[in-house]
Amino acid sequence: MTHAERAAEFLLDESRTDWHDASLWHVRGKRDAVVHGIPEWEALRQLGSDIKDNVLSNLDTYLEEFEARATAKGVTVHWARDAAEHNEIVHSILHRHRVERIVKSKSMLTEECHLNEYLEGRGIEVIDTDLGERIIQLRKEPPSHIVMPAIHLKKEEIGQLFHEQLGTDVGASDPQYLTEAARQHLREKFLAANAAITGVNFAVAETGGIVVCTNEGNADMGVHLAPVQIHCMGIEKIIPRAEHLGVFTRLLARSATGQPVTIYTSHHHRPKPGGEMHVVIVDNGRSEQLGREDFRNSLKCIRCGACMNTCPIYRRSGGHSYDHTIPGPIGSILSPGIDLKKHGDLAFASTLCGSCSDVCPVKIDIHDQLYKWRQLVSEAGHLPRSKTLPLAGAGAVLSRGGLYNFMGKAARVALRLAPRSLLYHKFNPWGETRELPEVPEESFKEWYARTKSGREQ
Amino acid sequence: MSSKSHILGRIRGNKPGPRALPTLPPDPAAGTREQWEPAFRAVLTGSKSGFITPDALSGHVAAYGPDATIVSTVPEVAGNLYLGTVTDPLQLAGVDVTVLRARLGVAENGAMWVSETEAVHRVLPFITQHLVLVVRTSDLVGTMHEAYRRIDVAETGFGVFIAGPSKTADIEQSLVIGAHGPRSLTVCLG
Repeated sequence: MTHAERAAEFLLDESRTDWHDASLWHVRGKRDAVVHGIPEWEALRQLGSDIKDNVLSNLDTYLEEFEARATAKGVTVHWARDAAEHNEIVHSILHRHRVERIVKSKSMLTEECHLNEYLEGRGIEVIDTDLGERIIQLRKEPPSHIVMPAIHLKKEEIGQLFHEQLGTDVGASDPQYLTEAARQHLREKFLAANAAITGVNFAVAETGGIVVCTNEGNADMGVHLAPVQIHCMGIEKIIPRAEHLGVFTRLLARSATGQPVTIYTSHHHRPKPGGEMHVVIVDNGRSEQLGREDFRNSLKCIRCGACMNTCPIYRRSGGHSYDHTIPGPIGSILSPGIDLKKHGDLAFASTLCGSCSDVCPVKIDIHDQLYKWRQLVSEAGHLPRSKTLPLAGAGAVLSRGGLYNFMGKAARVALRLAPRSLLYHKFNPWGETRELPEVPEESFKEWYARTKSGREQ
Repeated sequence: MSSKSHILGRIRGNKPGPRALPTLPPDPAAGTREQWEPAFRAVLTGSKSGFITPDALSGHVAAYGPDATIVSTVPEVAGNLYLGTVTDPLQLAGVDVTVLRARLGVAENGAMWVSETEAVHRVLPFITQHLVLVVRTSDLVGTMHEAYRRIDVAETGFGVFIAGPSKTADIEQSLVIGAHGPRSLTVCLG
């Protein structure tokens, strides 16, 4: 299935689509309001982007510096080339400690590596503890958004789910009540877990520490109670110095949810007394992306989700329509590099309006990259005939002035005379939800000549 | 070849040419020192935190009732659970109220720094049902840039910026206070 086909399924429920659209636009509005309170916002974005440029050009040395500092503080650092190796490393740590139950806080990397399924297949109970993540885990679904994983669900659906799985009252859908039920349910899991896994927002080369940002406090509840803590990070999460956290913590939460900062910004530098701390550094295709000059900027991403909240396509097609761990505009420039044939159509899941690039806190040129991926998809021969044929036709017409004039005239006549069934049918998906504008009497070119550049009527 | 050398080798082969690390500009004008306290109060009130004065601290804690389990690491308030007897963090599961000092507070976002030194047990500020943080007005700074210059994040094994009670909006964007951590945050500022 293509993105367009999956989006069409999402769009079948019109009122739900409108609700989804409005929910995300509300978050975008909150982001705008809080950003306007920072007069130096644009300079801050530039600083974030420049620091990340420096990171990409020194990634190897920063990672080595991080490892040396972390190791000196009693942290064990592991390196994984791909998802399979990452999962094996995590499992081997858990196996060594005979861990049967783990709690996890949000980590898009472990989603990317399908860690949950891997561990569950080896008899380990995995509990996602972020409320949104727990909801979709109980529904056996992937997240539909990287910051708000259950943004596609209504409270009544969550109420029904909790009734079935956690024994809440039938028909209860009050968010306060449901959150309290999840709090009680997950507190038991926190107290019983033998190990905790988190993602990493930032890893600091200078200090050898990692930083995790949450609002719920779930990462900390897990990590500080369990004897073994494991933090999984992509190679691009590194930043040079602690002072740069000032830049990125100011950018992250404002861009993500419109908060001035996340409730908790936790800095881990040593294992707790008597405990173990592991950091797994994962490549999984990132070093390859680093070599693509046109696309390496995508590695600057700090996973705020602002590009999703603003995207007119994401808002009206839902995160699941992207069929990739990271949906939305940023996912659409990351995924074609992983599998061009499978994900190439995501480059077309955009109006190229550029709003994603405008809100990106580290100034990734997202819509330019989408356009560049389109060209690569076309060159690789992955465009469907429904796109190649009209494009070939348009190319023939647009490159010949005389033919263009003739076809324009012919179309103006034909569109006026043709019966509706000839224009709106199943081979014209564009017309399924749109109406053509009224056909003008003359072309712009004719009008321009007749009125002498618009000076005369 | 080890995975480490493999990954580092690929990065060296693929990374872009040198880009200088930008120098951080001087601190942006986050208002003057007189404006920091009102800003700090406003942003924390927005994140549903409460404020008390230092004289009200012991009364505030006592109001949780005689049965409440209270941990305090500040001299102004006596707790009834002594942390010296706690060897396993799981023993803190029943704590109702915790009073800790925060090293500094940030005016632009209400974040307050608490390290392992103040918390003693890392889980304490999270597992407690209610949290009280004691901050001196003289320890306020304007922005996160200044905050990171004032603290050494690696001085202890763990440190956290706390900017409100635990919260979530994962169900239909409805704000709910008390997700996994404290159900309330009270800031004792003076």
